[in-house]
Amino acid sequence: MLNKYKLILHKPIFLIGFSIILSWIMIALFARVIAPYDPFEQNINNRLKPPSLSNFCGTDELGRDIFSRIIYGAQISLPMGFAIVVFSASIGCIIGALSGFFQGFFDEFAMRITDATLAFPPILLSLAISSILGLGLKSLFIAMTSVLWAEYARIMRGQVLSVKNQPFVEISSTLGFSKIYILIRHVIPNAINPIIIKATLEIGDVILTIAAMSFIGLGAVPPTPEWGAMTLMGRNKFYHWWMMTFPGLAILSVAIAFNFLGDELRDILER
Amino acid sequence: MNIRTYIIRRLLFVIPMLIGITLITFLISKFVPTNPIVIIIGEKSLDDPEIVAFVTQKWGLDLPLYKQYFFYIYNLLQGDLGVSFTTKRPVIKDLLDYFPATIELSATSIMYATSVGIPLGMITAYKSGKTIDHIVRLFSLILASMPPFWSGLVGLHLLCFTYDILPGPGRIDNLLNIQHSITGLYMIDTIIQGNFRGFFDVISHLILPSIILGSYITSLILRTTRSSVLEELNKGYVTAARGRGIPESRILCFHILRNAFIPILTVISLSFGKLMLGAIMTESVFAWPGIGCYAVAAAANLDYPAIMGITLLTAIIFIIISFIVDILYFIIDPRICKSNKCL
Repeated sequence: MLNKYKLILHKPIFLIGFSIILSWIMIALFARVIAPYDPFEQNINNRLKPPSLSNFCGTDELGRDIFSRIIYGAQISLPMGFAIVVFSASIGCIIGALSGFFQGFFDEFAMRITDATLAFPPILLSLAISSILGLGLKSLFIAMTSVLWAEYARIMRGQVLSVKNQPFVEISSTLGFSKIYILIRHVIPNAINPIIIKATLEIGDVILTIAAMSFIGLGAVPPTPEWGAMTLMGRNKFYHWWMMTFPGLAILSVAIAFNFLGDELRDILER
Repeated sequence: MNIRTYIIRRLLFVIPMLIGITLITFLISKFVPTNPIVIIIGEKSLDDPEIVAFVTQKWGLDLPLYKQYFFYIYNLLQGDLGVSFTTKRPVIKDLLDYFPATIELSATSIMYATSVGIPLGMITAYKSGKTIDHIVRLFSLILASMPPFWSGLVGLHLLCFTYDILPGPGRIDNLLNIQHSITGLYMIDTIIQGNFRGFFDVISHLILPSIILGSYITSLILRTTRSSVLEELNKGYVTAARGRGIPESRILCFHILRNAFIPILTVISLSFGKLMLGAIMTESVFAWPGIGCYAVAAAANLDYPAIMGITLLTAIIFIIISFIVDILYFIIDPRICKSNKCL
């Protein structure tokens, strides 16, 4: 396993993706230093200006600097993408591990819910949930987490089912360790790999979905410098092409980076 | 197992799924933080006690939750999904109106995606490790990362606004608008009515959104085709066919493709969820009057009956698609049922 991870460092596509993500993380961390303007500062005299040396990506209809807003946008999209994936993966892992390990009634019940959740196109279920919870990133977070956990639960359950019949689990149970201890110390560490691959692959998709939800008007509310919401602002302004082009390029670069990363990871780990 | 028992067993599998999805939509609609009567008939009718009493009785709103669910199912079976707040029409009628546009768009998109993805996948499998393989892979990864709402806007901006090569948003030119739609599928409608100018106009309106939506799922199909063909290439029957002197192109198209088709079919059916996400974005950019556009408008106006109707409908379509695909598996590869994979 470790050798496989070492192998990855020699793949150019992986390195490109990795460095793009790393630089976005740096940008998000040091946004205050990098951004030339305050992302919320309005300047009516300077509205809808094309890209120039003072405003690299132009200004929007309220005279805000788009470049600075994109930089601050990284503080929203990236942490939210990570958080949604981590949260839904953890919930899915817990449910999947418990139902695979203990089986019985809980397993039946949990797996029927999982099946039903998976029967919906994810986007529509999250659309329904987030419209009920109201606008805003918080409800988008809840909506997406409550949809995405299901696949992790199913993968985890299958993994646990195959691991738990292996000799080392039986031995530790003969040695008298408690069931919970065995599950946490022996079963889960041996079952977690596919979850990690899937989670890495999913972050890019999730960031794209956050942007898409903001673009259709659910998710980030106006003053927030979210990339999808910024693209929406420039949607009908064909004479002011910079308004939608640059936020879109930001989304594109993040999505490309995660796709590069995930593709190489899958290539190597599934070999 | 013959095909009839297979279909029946598979159908029995569908019932718990349907119960599950209706239960979920039912519970979500119960979580709405407003008066359930408002959700069904809207705020204006609240003042009229007669209407309120009627609705309460019809949906069993004064009964315990589990009984309400049976009322919900009963109403669903009669096609009653409530009345949309925004259009003031029964949701089911709205859905039937908006649905054909989405079918037309997704059908052309899938056609585009498969006609690009499968041949390119076969070529890259044949030339795996060579330059063309790397180029196609890089290109498809970049294509898959394009957010459709953004690439759609860029496409509209360049091809329609700046250079005027393709027509703008919408399904058909306003001047050629179809008065009496028969099937709702404009491509078929214009042919039936002998309106060939309209037909070509519909096609020219379809090109850009189909490419945008199709590109979103092409790479999935391409990658699956590549790995699945690659796996088949090393098998004995390919060597045997080569030894018999069968031309390579024939081996690829008739021998390998059929054996490699199961994973491709799976991925096409699984891409429905992704297609729905793409359709929502593409339709809202191209003002395409389909389910995606309707969903966005419903969500923006907090039109709960409409949102629930769409969610339920797409889930049911999802289930039907996977049902059909499972039967196609059986037709393509009858061995499937001999192994334990079939249910």
